[in-house]
Amino acid sequence: MSDPDENLPAQHLNSAVPSGPTRREFIGQVAVAGIGFGIGSNLHAEDYFQKTRAAAPGETTVHLEINGAQKTLRLDPRVTLLDTLREKLALTGTKKGCDHGQCGACTVLVNGRRVNSCLTLTVACQNAKVTTVEGLAQGDALHPVQAAFLKHDAFQCGYCTSGQICSAVGLLSEGHAQSDAEIRELMSGNICRCGAYQNILAAIKEARVAV
Amino acid sequence: MEAFAYREVQANRSAIEALATEPQARFLAGGTNLVDLMKMGIERPKTLVNINSLPLQSITVLPNGVLRIGALVRNSDLAYDERIRASYPVLSEALLSGASPQLRNMATVGGNLMQRTRCPYFYDVAFACNKRNNGSGCSALEGFNRGNAILGGSDHCISTHPSDMCVALAALDAIVQVEGPKGERSIRIQDFHLLPEDHPQKETDLGPAELITAVDLPNLPFAAKSHYVKVRDRASYEFALTSAAVALDIMDGTVRAARIALGGVGTKPWRSTVAEQLLMGKPASEAQYKTAANVALQDAQPRKYNSFKVELAKRTLIRALLTVGGMV
Repeated sequence: MSDPDENLPAQHLNSAVPSGPTRREFIGQVAVAGIGFGIGSNLHAEDYFQKTRAAAPGETTVHLEINGAQKTLRLDPRVTLLDTLREKLALTGTKKGCDHGQCGACTVLVNGRRVNSCLTLTVACQNAKVTTVEGLAQGDALHPVQAAFLKHDAFQCGYCTSGQICSAVGLLSEGHAQSDAEIRELMSGNICRCGAYQNILAAIKEARVAV
Repeated sequence: MEAFAYREVQANRSAIEALATEPQARFLAGGTNLVDLMKMGIERPKTLVNINSLPLQSITVLPNGVLRIGALVRNSDLAYDERIRASYPVLSEALLSGASPQLRNMATVGGNLMQRTRCPYFYDVAFACNKRNNGSGCSALEGFNRGNAILGGSDHCISTHPSDMCVALAALDAIVQVEGPKGERSIRIQDFHLLPEDHPQKETDLGPAELITAVDLPNLPFAAKSHYVKVRDRASYEFALTSAAVALDIMDGTVRAARIALGGVGTKPWRSTVAEQLLMGKPASEAQYKTAANVALQDAQPRKYNSFKVELAKRTLIRALLTVGGMV
């Protein structure tokens, strides 16, 4: 599989690389820049969707707390929590895999419980507290599950990783996984196509001690 | 997904009124099945009535010893409830064998009862399916029917009921409590789901605008010795090819009472009272369990790709009986 960076326009590489950002910061900058070009202004995606557009018929107002921040959104009731996070709030850490509740890539915590955000309608989350992978770290201090995933190399391509991490955080708070077999069973809602399961298991076992 | 109006209700009566007055309205609980089917264009409600705020969230013991499970209790909360684990382990095990932890955190007891089949022809709108569009035909009859039912089918439909929870409820003789425009009523679990016959689109005994409020588990002391065995194509996060929910009352090596239900093989959760009656008063032996399994599957009508299920279902049931009897 080729490096996705190869497909980026040259001007992005020229403007971003010399300043020395990490790969993640770099990709984040490009993503925000892309949205900016798309709407012809420097507005953040959230501001664009919520402040510059009139409410359409049938829209509902939803109050949410996302990663500790209060949000008030006007939404078509069809919009899933996954699409709200990614398309309206530019929280693209949560991934869309199957979009049918079969892969777990979209896992987030709603009121502390892990759920599939692809099958969750945002209008049904009135006043809910949502935690995504972006909300797990405390400032620069990674969540123990994040740190353990890094230490144990618990991913290859990384696409399922934010869902794996959120799911593991939910798993540890549920407190039902004692043995290796139980961890495997209770992480079965998160598919890893690269097959990093062995290292995911090791990471969760280490994080379990820290959490 | 097609557009729909959205409503939230706080009381059972409001929910029932909303469903009775709004055309093509559906209740939204956990949404794990309904939202998926709406994305596929199979469910197309004009109104969604969110019932998640209704006071149907608790598990209580009634004075007569019945355990009443509110319809909005989440599958994970029910599975880990200490009373369920101690008194009805078959139900806890069945729940934990279904779906994934995330889906179990969302899915409700009432929603699980209303879960629709995973027959691939039901899910693919390019194919004929009497359950989706009665009269269009059944693509599974002569199609790839490896996952389809061998019990309870008709010329109109051979789709399996997908729930694990409902198989355990069938073995436990659960009662579904419903409330509707005409008041409250109780439905025995074996009467709740219907055989497809010539009406595959009508899957339950629920009337218009009826709301499931609770599921009652009758007091059944020997259900403390009960077990759920599920066989599937992968170790976890998959629907059953075959499953068995079993409870046994054994005294001095003799079966005094038995409860047997099968999953993955029937067009509805498949209680086998004939197999139960065969075991009554007989030795708790592997030979008797094999006889009971043969009886439970005696009416099986396998099709081209699912004949393996007959033997697999027998072995699944025998394993469950041996396990409850302490013989494996």
